[in-house]
Amino acid sequence: MAISDRLFLTAMASIGGVYVLLIAGMLAADVAYMTRQSVSAAADQTGWLAVITHSPIVDALHDPKIRYSIRLSLVSCSLSALLSVFVAIPLGYLMSRGRFPGRNLLDAFLDIPIVLPPLVVGLSLLILFQFPPFSWFAPAIVYQVPAVILAQFSVACAFSVRTMKGTFDQIDPRCEQVARSLGCSRFQAFSMVVFPEADRGIITALTLAWARSLGEFGPLLIFAGSTRMKTEVLSTSVFLEMNVGNLEAAVAVSLIMVAGAILVLILTRKLGSPLYEQGPLNRGGAGFPSRGGRA
Amino acid sequence: MISLERVTVSAGNFVLRDISLTIPSGGYGVLMGKTGCGKTTILESILGLRPIHSGRILLEDRDVSQLAPALRGIGYVPQDGALFSRMTVRQQLGFALVIRHIQETVIRARVEELAEMLGITHLLDRIPRGLSGGERQRVALGRALSFIPRVLCLDEPLSALDSETRQQMCELLLKIRRHTGVTTLHVTHNLDEAEQLAAPLFRLAEGHIEQVEPTAR
Repeated sequence: MAISDRLFLTAMASIGGVYVLLIAGMLAADVAYMTRQSVSAAADQTGWLAVITHSPIVDALHDPKIRYSIRLSLVSCSLSALLSVFVAIPLGYLMSRGRFPGRNLLDAFLDIPIVLPPLVVGLSLLILFQFPPFSWFAPAIVYQVPAVILAQFSVACAFSVRTMKGTFDQIDPRCEQVARSLGCSRFQAFSMVVFPEADRGIITALTLAWARSLGEFGPLLIFAGSTRMKTEVLSTSVFLEMNVGNLEAAVAVSLIMVAGAILVLILTRKLGSPLYEQGPLNRGGAGFPSRGGRA
Repeated sequence: MISLERVTVSAGNFVLRDISLTIPSGGYGVLMGKTGCGKTTILESILGLRPIHSGRILLEDRDVSQLAPALRGIGYVPQDGALFSRMTVRQQLGFALVIRHIQETVIRARVEELAEMLGITHLLDRIPRGLSGGERQRVALGRALSFIPRVLCLDEPLSALDSETRQQMCELLLKIRRHTGVTTLHVTHNLDEAEQLAAPLFRLAEGHIEQVEPTAR
């Protein structure tokens, strides 16, 4: 290889590598900090078991407040993820297949929750619930558990819609057209042909929405509050523990979330669509040309 | 019979006006034209996938201009086959019959018969992934013929194939025509293919269709 080529690749690798190191460093630091605290807490005892039982993570898992927050996180993230995908499937389908005036505008509009500062999302939700008909339900929602789910859903759904639109974009519309020529109604073509082909995309959308919801914090703080044993989810726990100066517990809860996020990441990679890994899916099979233009 | 009477249809920013074309029953019409001249648009309007602005479309003397695609009873083979990637070949061949709530034993027999005619019996339990171009087109053809349509629409069915496979497929298409007598409209930009199969041959250029007489070819 020519020296200039080698230099080029080395430069690319070094610049990219900095970011990879940053991610690895952050995670490693969390783990190292936790290990150090565990070891010092178990100072008078030796052996791995003692270190583990004295770990702040174990303490956190014993804390009823943290337990509540783990439970609420699991429930609210799952509900908001399911809700997101339920909405994202029809919306993504229409955005992918539909040709209507204002489509590009709507496409950009759907990105608003993604680009909006999270605090603004929360504040806007709070303000929205001052107006009827939303205000009628405000006592049951604002600063209550439903607010947690709604705040998570508001942002997570935008990601699901993106994913589902991308999924439907990659399913050949000709398949549906063939199905319709074979005797299917639009609904039958969708449910029997398109939907099964979208399965991996749906799993990706579901896990993305779940992970997004797990990390949601800004909108939650404003719209759902941070009441312990009520609207406290894991991200709120980190914030509350930090506020009372309990760095150990904050890191412990963070590591619980890291474990959850990594699990979701693995799940997405294993089951989900390779949407984010490679270019368009070549569903046509090896060496088959992609569909031509529709003249 | 496939008959277009002064059909006007638009796609994107171009319009085809007053298009007329007739293929007699049992005929094998080939529509030639350059890429992007509107061949697929015409096919889509016949299939009911694209609404027409004016004119009539008749299939076997039945006006289908306003019918949903499902009710037109046209077998359709798009360019790259558009196979259903999650179904086995067997399921694809039986799909139209399952939709029609045909008895299971009848479906099984029909699928076997089709597979035999198309030479894909050994592929019945495979999914489309990994099938060759020619195999895919055979499956797509079988799927389109499964419900015994009286009209078949083929959109550049052979354009993605190598010349040897293309020749085999041409022979297969002629065999199907002999066996079934299905009235066919075959869209292509390949002259060899057109001359081998066409009866009659049409040419679409600059928004007009003209029939090319055999002597003039």
